[in-house]
Amino acid sequence: MNQLTAILEGIGSTLQLLFRAVSYTPSLWRQRARFIEQCYLIGYTTLPIVAILSFFIGSVLALQAGYSMSNFGAKQFIGSLVGLSMARELGPVMAAILLAGRVGSAIAAELASMKVYQEIDALETMNIPPAKILVLPRLAAVLVMMPVLAIIADLVGWFGGAIISKYTQSIAIEPEAYFSVLRRFMVFKDVLNGLIKAEVFGFAIVLVCCNIGLNTRGGPREIGAAVTRAVVVSLILILVLDYFVTKALM
Amino acid sequence: MTCSPTRNPFTHTETAAVGVAIEGLSKNFGCFEVLKNVTFSVEPGEIFVLMGPSGSGKSVLLKHIVGLEKPTAGRVTVDGRDASSETTREQVRLALVFQSGALFNSLSVYDNLALYPREHQVADEAAIREKVMRALQILSLEGTAHKSPSELSGGMKKRVAIARGLVMEPQLMLYDEPTSELDPVMSATITEIIATLKDEYHVTSIVVSHDRELALGIADRVGILMGGELVSLGTPAELRAPKDPRVAEFLYPKIDLKNPRFKKLET
Repeated sequence: MNQLTAILEGIGSTLQLLFRAVSYTPSLWRQRARFIEQCYLIGYTTLPIVAILSFFIGSVLALQAGYSMSNFGAKQFIGSLVGLSMARELGPVMAAILLAGRVGSAIAAELASMKVYQEIDALETMNIPPAKILVLPRLAAVLVMMPVLAIIADLVGWFGGAIISKYTQSIAIEPEAYFSVLRRFMVFKDVLNGLIKAEVFGFAIVLVCCNIGLNTRGGPREIGAAVTRAVVVSLILILVLDYFVTKALM
Repeated sequence: MTCSPTRNPFTHTETAAVGVAIEGLSKNFGCFEVLKNVTFSVEPGEIFVLMGPSGSGKSVLLKHIVGLEKPTAGRVTVDGRDASSETTREQVRLALVFQSGALFNSLSVYDNLALYPREHQVADEAAIREKVMRALQILSLEGTAHKSPSELSGGMKKRVAIARGLVMEPQLMLYDEPTSELDPVMSATITEIIATLKDEYHVTSIVVSHDRELALGIADRVGILMGGELVSLGTPAELRAPKDPRVAEFLYPKIDLKNPRFKKLET
């Protein structure tokens, strides 16, 4: 019962934070420096790890698909399988998982330490709402940067699949043939659906991590607990939202 | 008590100093009663020092005055307005100097001080710069403007926190343990700063402290909180010879090595 109450309280406080942050949207232009800083932190610093991971995911996907599809003479369709899997599912999901681990944890740690060391209280006594200067720029930045990360994840994943398809002896498909099949079986909606997913995941991760950070109580030990909670909740949320968003976009 | 208006340290214009009234304030955290029916008032322009043993509810009371906590029962008003209402913080300029300083570690000292005027758009950047540098000058901190809070000593952090409050041009200034963790000379310096701000700018000041020298040296009145109850309220002169044995024990504890207190606590 206590667990259920805590979950409902968490949902309630997250929604409250969302409404408060959105209500300060007109002030976003004045906060452009914070917005640009968050774009850098969310986008630029996450980019290398997203690229590395996506390359290997695309590669493994091509390798596994090549292994099984060769058995019934369908290996020429590897390009479409890697392309669709990356665009519709793995690109946005992997970018979101990395965002949760790389950025979500950092947001939760920063805001939790600001709460524990009374910086949030100081803001409130100065009549500066934390939702305005700490949450809104992050939400705006993730909305801009998340599609960029997802597109890069898609492109690098496709590229990884193409390289493995060419240089693995049992597959040996030229990049031209690989990308030709990829283009033939994919439509713009596949990529768009992936970008919508990425947007939803990114927004939810940043909002939840901000809320967990801002609601931290206690001492320094609670900062670590808040980070763990933020990452675990974000990962669960990605998978739950993935099902519902996929269903809604079908 | 005669009340002078608060003088703005930057423009030297004057606004009315504000008073604080606490009526029957009680606060519970779960089953634990932290404050029990506390009633007192702070007159505009005075320095009121709130003393008491650790865990007696002083900081919680301070949080009620700035509106960070809501009372379980009773009422706290600042200048006649409900302290727990968000609009009060818009109408009355109040600054709280936290025990830890609560400086924003991601910002330089200059940006810490400039945050309030920038966010509230009270002046253009040139005027904000002038105001920030003036506040740093008042507290002899000119050389720290571009340092990070993590590069400062404990005493400097407290002074920067006071300077940050000063930039807000407060009508009411609250200090939470301003001299804790400081050496005696720095404690005296902070005490002098609090008294100077009151004398020169007539800011109403509420100071939560364990520091007897500070309380007896600069306070207009001193309240003593024990176990969540206000057990004493008087002038420093009255506290030099307290009648209540609990207050006497708190203010002038005698070190008794033959019969130490911790052994009494064990039994």
